[in-house]
Amino acid sequence: MSNIPSKEEMLDALVLRQGAQNVQKLQAATVAVCGLGGLGSNVAISLARAGVGKLILIDFDTVDITNLHRQQYKACQVGMPKTEALSQNLKEIAPYLQMETHFARMTEENTLALVAHADVVCEAFDKPEAKAMLVNTVLEKNPEQVLVAASGMAGFDSANSISTRKVMKNFYLCGDGSSDVNDGIGLVAPRVMACAAHEALTIVRILCGMETEIAKKECKNGK
Amino acid sequence: MIKVNGIDIDSDGKSFAGKSIAEYLSTTNFDMKRIAVEKNGEIVPKAKYAETLLAEGDALEVVSFVGGG
Repeated sequence: MSNIPSKEEMLDALVLRQGAQNVQKLQAATVAVCGLGGLGSNVAISLARAGVGKLILIDFDTVDITNLHRQQYKACQVGMPKTEALSQNLKEIAPYLQMETHFARMTEENTLALVAHADVVCEAFDKPEAKAMLVNTVLEKNPEQVLVAASGMAGFDSANSISTRKVMKNFYLCGDGSSDVNDGIGLVAPRVMACAAHEALTIVRILCGMETEIAKKECKNGK
Repeated sequence: MIKVNGIDIDSDGKSFAGKSIAEYLSTTNFDMKRIAVEKNGEIVPKAKYAETLLAEGDALEVVSFVGGG
């Protein structure tokens, strides 16, 4: 750990790739990643690398051997809470990232408090009922918060069938919309990662003001 | 005309105008625990499906989540 670059060195390197204004906006942002499986662990690492300042990491589960084929954990982390394992891995990748972890199952009761300080909420669960709960709760109770969700990334189909669409103001949905893991088609690492990359890029675009609704909202707030 | 996910649901002669979202959903295969419903650009709270009536010209979007992540 002795050769870790300084925060300034890392930010300078990032500015060369992404531009100073974008890096500044990303550094000031907080994203809540809800679920740290195949989607969430990949989203979190992408956002950390892109320079997002703070991540709120939420999951109730521990790392299982069946997770290792597609989730960003190591074999030596089996049995560890995903919040702890992922924050360890993120610390190695992005040592100056701020993190807040919640080893908890999200419910209608605790969701709003857990994501209250996030600029963007990322839905990254695996169960459709949990996905619907989070989306309904955030959109109903906190309609000004931006939500990026995912549905449909199972199987071996082409990654080209995965897309991002804006369903309504402040609600973006990534995925193919239909390939259901419950149909017994399984989850394949690169396709889940493709969907996670859609979510992460959408979040980066939102935070950088490249999605029009957000740009309008920021103007109104005088930011 | 009332559209759901871009498709006119009144095209078979019957109209859903005046019917509630819950009544419409009961005619479909959507799993109530796995959906989010948006009407004319606004989310419809789950508790209001029964009291939210559809009107001519409404556009409904039903997002139905599938498993995997």
